[in-house]
Amino acid sequence: MTAQLQKATAPPAGRPGDPERPGATCTPYAPGAPPVTAAASPAPPHLLEACGITKTMGDKILLHEVSLTLDRGDLKVLIGPSGGGKSTLLQCIHFLNPPDGGDVFLDGESARDMSRMNICLFRREIGMIFQDFNLFDHLTARDNVAVALRRVKGWAKREAYDRAMAELDRVGLASRADLYPAQLSGGQKQRVSIARALAMDPKVMLLDEPTSALDPELIGEVLKVIQDLHEGGMTMLMVTHQVGFARHMTKEFLFMESGRITESGSPEELLRDGSGSRTSDFCSKLSEIQGG
Amino acid sequence: MDLVEYLKAALYILQGTGYTAALILGAMSLGFAIGLPIASLEIYGPRWIARILSLYVWFFRGIPILVLLFLVYFGIYSAIERIAMAHFGLRLELSPFSASLVALGLASGAYQSQIFRGAILSLPRGQFLAATALGFTARQAVFRVVIPQALRISIPAWSNEYSILLKDSAVAYMLGTLEIMARTKFMAAYTYKHIPFYVFAGLLYFTLTWLGVKGLKALERRTRIPGLGHEF
Repeated sequence: MTAQLQKATAPPAGRPGDPERPGATCTPYAPGAPPVTAAASPAPPHLLEACGITKTMGDKILLHEVSLTLDRGDLKVLIGPSGGGKSTLLQCIHFLNPPDGGDVFLDGESARDMSRMNICLFRREIGMIFQDFNLFDHLTARDNVAVALRRVKGWAKREAYDRAMAELDRVGLASRADLYPAQLSGGQKQRVSIARALAMDPKVMLLDEPTSALDPELIGEVLKVIQDLHEGGMTMLMVTHQVGFARHMTKEFLFMESGRITESGSPEELLRDGSGSRTSDFCSKLSEIQGG
Repeated sequence: MDLVEYLKAALYILQGTGYTAALILGAMSLGFAIGLPIASLEIYGPRWIARILSLYVWFFRGIPILVLLFLVYFGIYSAIERIAMAHFGLRLELSPFSASLVALGLASGAYQSQIFRGAILSLPRGQFLAATALGFTARQAVFRVVIPQALRISIPAWSNEYSILLKDSAVAYMLGTLEIMARTKFMAAYTYKHIPFYVFAGLLYFTLTWLGVKGLKALERRTRIPGLGHEF
């Protein structure tokens, strides 16, 4: 009995002759030509749409025309073996590491055509959570949250501090506001970094293995914050190995391997016993290691 | 030579301390102003700028300080004076002191740039990444996040640069700047009492090194990030 898997099919080879952008399938990229945006299509735009993202390093292809969409309130979970391109995909979607081919649309606006300044504006609409927190070591928790409000959004010090305290309170760390990152535990650091991203009022959050660098007993507090965010309606794309947590939270798993999304579907479909999916195989290996 | 004469001579040499101190403070500052942008641009700037800057570093680290001093004073300075005279009718007299300061500063800029470069490279790449992820421009990320941390890390290596520069500043006597070395040499030659005066000069350099290094240690303690690195 074979489960009906919604195999992610390779995008149609739209423009085989395009020498400049072999990876572009959604938006033909032609400098000078009027940009074709997703908004022009009849369907209402997804909140975030990544189209045919391609990334190469040297002659190694890290991402093969990866496409995905996020609608408001979605939580999608990217899983798969390391080296499969999950983190690279998040960084490409964020344009921290601009993709070589393909495009990202946020509310129908193409990131590819943006000027360098507008890319900074685009980035602040997307919150990024890193595996190793990347808090600014020389700033207190409060300043970590406030610094971008002040320097990027130009808020006054007082307003920024008020907002920072509100965000730290939301992740349960108001009492730690004056401590430096080196004085916080891993779980607290990750919660500060979530507060820092939230303070910018992002439309989407990208979470890159937010609990992988944490001691097992600290994972729960971070997952709790993520769950609260999800219940509050935040749109999120999360890379994680916490399959147990993820399968209860998400409606869609994306399995990524060798730079491609090879399987996608609901946890029930993919993880059902005997589904024979690569996802199910991978997850059972993970739970062997994690002890259930 | 009686005691009073010794004291007078010592006082005369001691007055050179002001010149020496001004020389190294000026050269350190100039080197800082040159070194920090070089380090930042070598790492975050466009490739072609980084190439040109590494040529600067290669040149000024490769040339003996004395040769540089003569090049600045007899080459650049006299050229400027000649041009000012010929084209603007100005009679410039650029001082040997400022030539020494410029030469030491240019060289120190090359050395300091590598101190800062090392410090920046020792920071996790995620710091810059996290800043740009929040919407900082590259320049903001460098100024607000990278440099404040890199400078703290640089202080121990910086105290090395201070000690070396302090002793390099002795070559300024070659142009007749009245700093410690010039005055010592003059007194020694004038009285034929070489040993006491050179020992005295040595003690002055020891003291200046000790004071500066102590000051930088204090700065290091004051700017230490709580919880990070070693307690001391």
